[in-house]
Amino acid sequence: MVVGAIGLVYGFIAAPDTIEDVKEMMAADAHDGPEEVAVLENDAHLANPEPTEGHDATVGEAGHDNEHYEHILHQLQNKPWAAVYIAAFFFFMIALGTMAFYALQQASQAGWSPVLFRVMDGITAYLLPGSIIMFILLALSGFHFNHLFTWMDPEVVAHDELIQNKTAYLNVPFLLIRAAIYIAGWNIFRYLIRRNSLRLDEATDDRLHKTNFKLAAGFLVFFLVTESMMSWDWIMSVDPHWFSTLFGWYVFSSLIVSAVTMIALVSIYLKSRGYLEYVNDSHIHDLAKYMFGFSIFWAYLWFSQYMLIWYSNIPEEVTYFITRIEDYNLPFFGMVVLNFVFPVLLLMNSDYKRINLFVIISGIIILCGHYLDIFVMIMPATVGESWFIGIPEISALLLFSGLFVFVVFRGLTKAPLLPKRNPFIEESKHFHY
Amino acid sequence: MASKVIHAIYTDDDLLLQAVKQVRNARYHISEIYSPFPVHGLDKAMGLEPTRLAIASFIYGVIGLIVSIIMMNYMMIEDWPQNIGGKPSFSFVQNSPAFVPIIFELTVFFAAHLMVITFYMRSKLWPYKAAENPDVRTTDDHFLMEIDVASHSVEELSKFLYDTGALEIKLIEN
Repeated sequence: MVVGAIGLVYGFIAAPDTIEDVKEMMAADAHDGPEEVAVLENDAHLANPEPTEGHDATVGEAGHDNEHYEHILHQLQNKPWAAVYIAAFFFFMIALGTMAFYALQQASQAGWSPVLFRVMDGITAYLLPGSIIMFILLALSGFHFNHLFTWMDPEVVAHDELIQNKTAYLNVPFLLIRAAIYIAGWNIFRYLIRRNSLRLDEATDDRLHKTNFKLAAGFLVFFLVTESMMSWDWIMSVDPHWFSTLFGWYVFSSLIVSAVTMIALVSIYLKSRGYLEYVNDSHIHDLAKYMFGFSIFWAYLWFSQYMLIWYSNIPEEVTYFITRIEDYNLPFFGMVVLNFVFPVLLLMNSDYKRINLFVIISGIIILCGHYLDIFVMIMPATVGESWFIGIPEISALLLFSGLFVFVVFRGLTKAPLLPKRNPFIEESKHFHY
Repeated sequence: MASKVIHAIYTDDDLLLQAVKQVRNARYHISEIYSPFPVHGLDKAMGLEPTRLAIASFIYGVIGLIVSIIMMNYMMIEDWPQNIGGKPSFSFVQNSPAFVPIIFELTVFFAAHLMVITFYMRSKLWPYKAAENPDVRTTDDHFLMEIDVASHSVEELSKFLYDTGALEIKLIEN
């Protein structure tokens, strides 16, 4: 109760700071954003309406140095949109991954994590706004406000037999219906589990715990299917000519590792402010182990996808990596270093996993790495070789991180940070490794 | 010089842990404890140093990594760079994805096997090694604590051990 009250006060102190940051950022960004988009829309009509890999770049190459700034604007047709899309997806996926991790802990009846459940609850508070933002972005693409998805452009589809064959799946109404189903499903599960968990605090028996157990198991089944389809719909379809079977898993690994990292960072922060009485370094150690393990899992899937395609070198598949290696060499291989080499070396030592500083450093590295991961998934298909991590990217990232922090910490104030009647809470309080 | 030790036998691991703490507080020296199964926290209670096996394993893994890289670089790139199915054998980096599975496996192989062998050597385990078991029951359901008598009085020490809950106390001279 006391913890919750302090958390509430804290939440209101912390929230304005971040929002102001965000507003400043938005104000700074507002000058660039709309202009760019306006110019770009014109350009889309004049030039080729097909902003696929490298295409708009060649259109841009015709222009010359004097109008260098405008020239860049030409190339950056999709840039602000893609920047927003990437940042929105990145934070949305953290909330979704946290929900999956939370359901996993409930369904596996983990004895160590119940003291962290409310932290996870707080992070999943972003699921609803985050998924609505994603849906709006998809709808805006669907209504041709941007050209993130080539297959949404009827003219492109008319000349593209490969996409024509996929229109049964890749069409705007069906995409939006699917997105609505995923989003509704995730949020309903999240709402029910959260509600039951809060009611369990007041209850006299453990019936709601069982309900939550079943709900969590149901969510995991639903999540596995929808996450896979979500990754095809929202990410893989920016490259409608390309497909990969383990893509859904690959996106999942990225999602779960950033979620665990976020749980660890938020827990360490709340602990350092004295709101999590029962969280000790063993809990952090466990989270760090998950960060370590899932980082390796991510690298495994990244490499499996990369090596299989590199090895067989089939033209229709390999273009995906050729554009990435040629145009995105540093981010493409840099993220492997960030997401694999650093976490492995930093978090291998058992003692380091208990030191907050190490967990925070590697957490920040992992989050940066996975932002880059999403960046390299989306950008090559939408802006091609004229990518740059500049004002739109960073400000979109700041906007959504501000929103994320605001929603999460507001979510954390809504309930006491220690579940009262969870059957495993005593075990979790005394957990040590 | 004949040294004397006392064997104190316990039947409960909680009792054993308590006894270890008391014995250490009383500044008697425990030379060995025999237990049929790992007792959680016994090493901490005894004040044993943490194992460095993991560090050794890491070093072995690095050795395996280097060995595999040198091996494949020599065989596939330097010694006879054939064109096998169009794989680029001009430099190690160009063909490296194909080597990664072997690099990975050899790293694990070295780390695992050399660590196990290190473990056997450090704990002096090998086939036909004579068992060093002071009491056969310690492999089933009894715990045995061996304490150096040194210059302490045997009477006092056995009294003390009896108070810690020892079931049997034996004086061994060897």
